Formats: sequence, structure tokens, C-alpha cells
Amino acid sequence: MSAVLEADRVSYTYGVRDVSFSVAPGEFVALVGPNGAGKSTLLRLLLGLLDPTAGSVRLFGAAPRTLKDRWRLGYVPQRLAVPADLPATVEEVVAAGRLARTGWRRRFKPEDRAEIAHAITAVALDDLKDRPVRELSGGQQQRAFIAKALAGQPELLVLDEPVAGVDAESQERFRDSVVHNVREHGAAVLLVSHELGAVADDLDRIIVLRAGHVFFDGPPADLAARGVSLGVHSEDLPLWLEDL
Amino acid sequence: MLPLPYPFDRDYMQLALIAGLAVGASAPLIGAFLVQKRLSLLGDGMGHLAFAGVAAGLLLGVWPVPVSLLVASAGAVAIERMRRGGRTSGDLALALVFYSGIAAGVVLAGRSESYDASILGYLFGSVLTVTTGDAWTVVALGLGVVAVLAVVGRTLFAVVLDEESARVAGLPVDGVNTLLAVLVAVTVVGAMRVVGVLLVAAMMVLPVAAAQTVARSFRHAVALAVLVGVGSVVVGLGLARVWALPPGGTIVLVTAAVYVVLAVVGAQRQARHRPSTAK
Repeated sequence: MSAVLEADRVSYTYGVRDVSFSVAPGEFVALVGPNGAGKSTLLRLLLGLLDPTAGSVRLFGAAPRTLKDRWRLGYVPQRLAVPADLPATVEEVVAAGRLARTGWRRRFKPEDRAEIAHAITAVALDDLKDRPVRELSGGQQQRAFIAKALAGQPELLVLDEPVAGVDAESQERFRDSVVHNVREHGAAVLLVSHELGAVADDLDRIIVLRAGHVFFDGPPADLAARGVSLGVHSEDLPLWLEDL
Repeated sequence: MLPLPYPFDRDYMQLALIAGLAVGASAPLIGAFLVQKRLSLLGDGMGHLAFAGVAAGLLLGVWPVPVSLLVASAGAVAIERMRRGGRTSGDLALALVFYSGIAAGVVLAGRSESYDASILGYLFGSVLTVTTGDAWTVVALGLGVVAVLAVVGRTLFAVVLDEESARVAGLPVDGVNTLLAVLVAVTVVGAMRVVGVLLVAAMMVLPVAAAQTVARSFRHAVALAVLVGVGSVVVGLGLARVWALPPGGTIVLVTAAVYVVLAVVGAQRQARHRPSTAK
């Protein structure tokens, strides 16, 4: 089966050098690296927000900017700060994510409403769906934005540091929603994070970026063989990354 | 003439009411997005650009309204492009274009022989001097705003929520941002000649600011902002007639008073919800 995401010798003016890897359908991949390793720049290149100076990126076989069915790609940016004066509810935020699937012209149909409700359920925010997002905790807000990405029923979900600084329960809920997405919908996930503890047992592969290039690409077991633990309460991975 | 009670029993008050209600209902619809994009002063600044357009029109001997529409729309697009480029923050982009606009207006007006005679009439209308044609022009503008936002409102909401995600999702981010800026330019330039720039620009921002202090959803905020806008026009116009006050300023002060009241209510409500640390 062809890859949902392929980076082929991708380089950028600064931060990314000759990066190659791919993500297969239904694969759960983590992209990690110390601060300044080029993760954010690489992510922007993969999403088509930047153009590589060398090499190429293919999303579902197409260049990112020419991809027609944009709903196939779901994206959760690094911890969004919801403006204190924005009174949007959880349901309104999640519904905005459905536009990727419907396009900006078409009105929502009952099946769109059902998918929005399903995405809210997937992150366990049903009880809070009518609450303004600004009144929720940081972890709950982040789950609302994950549901927004899920509402388009993406085939590849890209998450940028989704659990940085959020509480343990939200990390657990996050894990459940992402694993649900992988298992129930067969979607691939590319997770950029320092904190892999919550999903350690679910990952298929880990890609470690160092100084702009791929330092390690393999299953978690291979990383464990190097003495790096991803255990739930372990701080091994962040410490190891800092030492790279 | 409609059989309305005092203070709306005169023709000129009824025309003022029609034009005011059209502005009070439509301007907050645009403002709901402007405020979230941190471009609250865009409406006011369009008046500066319109000044340059009117002066250019008078100097060239052509009807100034289309020229000022063109200049304001071009300025709105320029601001959007500067903001999008990322090298200039939204407020700095506003300042750059507006000061250039008003400076160009001063220079062009200085070269025009009809400066004093007609320029102020194009720039600073009053809601009490509205003609039937003017009133319907403003109503048509308001309906146009409603129609456009009915189509692109959801996309604009997605953009103000998170522009980067909207871009990744393939939504026409640049298109709707530019459309919103042009909509502001057209509304301000079209309505300021009739009801005054103060009223149009303030109605884009103050009702929204008031509504979002208490609103429990974005939809609720928009509906409440329209209600505040319309209510302020009715109360402000009435008070202006009763106490012989300038109507535009009175309407805006009423809206500001509504903001203060709702902000107090909203602060009390938030104090009850804010401590929520439930996971």
C-alpha cells in the first residue's frame, strides 16, 4: 500500500537536512528530537506551509500544495491559546474542523452533524460540548482542538506537541482518542512530541531528529535496546534527547 | 410616513431610524470577525483612506464616491497582504496605510479648489439628514453584508479560530480575509456619507465587544451584538431627539454604556466559571 506521507531527501535553508522517511496507512509514528532539532520546520514542510529548498514531500502521492482532498490531512497545531474574548463553544470549534470535509460552500447535512458529535465523543467532551472553550482547562481545550481535526475524518492526523503541559487525565484521554482514530478508522498518525509516555505501548515507529537530520528511525523496541525507555512515568526519553 | 410615536413621528427621524437600524444590524456582523482578528480599528481607518479617495476624485473632477471606494478597498487589501506576509503586525499595517492615506488626502485636497465646499459633505454625513434614497442605499448595503457573511461566515470563523489549520485544511484563507477587508471598506465608505464615519466604525466594534463579555457561544455573541446594535440605535436616536443631542455620538455613547453594563455582568459570571479546574 502506498505511503500517506513521504519525505524524500528534504532540506530547507535552515534546520532541516536531507530528511527521508515515510508513513504508511494506519501507522502510528512519533517524531521526536531535542529543542532546535528542526521538528517545527520539518512539520511545516510536510504540511506544505513551507517549500523545501531541496528534495520533495508527497502527501497521498501529491505535492502538499496540490493535494485536492485536503480533508485527508488533519492537523492539530502546537497548543493553541484560545483568546479570552472568543466565546466559541466546544461544538462550534469542532464543527469548524468539518469544513475540511464539506468544503466552505456546502451546508452541513445530518451526517456532518453526526461526525461532529462522534469527534466530540472520541475525546470525551460530550458533557462540555455547549461550554465556551475559554472556560475549559488547558487539557480540555487541547482535546477540543484534537476533536476539531478528527471531525474531518482524516486519513493522516498530524499532531504538534499535543500533550505538552497538560494534566495526566487529559494525556490519557488524548491517548484513547488517538488510538481510537488509528484502530477504528485506520488513520495514520504522525505525533510530534517530547512526551511519549501516554502512547508508548501504541507506537509503531519512532523517528528521532537531531541537528536537522534523521538520527534514528525504527520501532520503540529498538530504541529500548539502546537503553531509552518510553515508559508511562519515565523521564528517560526527554533526558536522552537533551543529551543528543 | 409610518404612524410611529414620538420621538420617531417625523419623516427625518423615520429615515434616520431605517438607516441607523441597517447599520446597527449589519455592522456588528462584520465586526464579530474583525474584533477576533485584532483589526477593530479597520473601520475607523477606512474613513482616513476614503478622505484620500474623495480628495482625489474632486481633484480629477470625477464623482468622488467610486474613487474613495477604490482607494479604501485597495488600502484594505494592502493591509491584509502586509499582515499575511508576517513581517508587519496587524496594528502596524493599519497605521502605515491609514497615515499614508490621510496624508495623501491632505495633499490632494490642498490641490483641489473645492476642498471646503464639498469634501466634508462626502466624509461626514449625519443620520438626521438622510434622504429616502440614502436610507435604501444603506439598507441595500446591509443586506449585501448579510448575504456575503451567510456564505462565508463559517469559513471566516474557522480562520479566526486558527488560521494555520484553516490553511492546511485547504480553506480559502487569503480569499475570505481579503473579502472581509473589502467588505469593511465598502460598508464604511458607502454608509459614512449617509450616517457618519463615527457611527459606522463604532457599530462594527462596540456591540461585539459588549456581546462577547456575556455570550456563551459565537452564534449567541453575533445575535446579541446585532441586538445591542439595533437597540442602541433606537435608544440613542430617541434620546438625541428628546435632548437635542448629536445623534451619531449619542448612539455610540449608548452602545458604550451597554458595554459597561454587560462587562460587569460578564465579569461576575466569569468569576463563577473561571475557577473550574475540572479535567
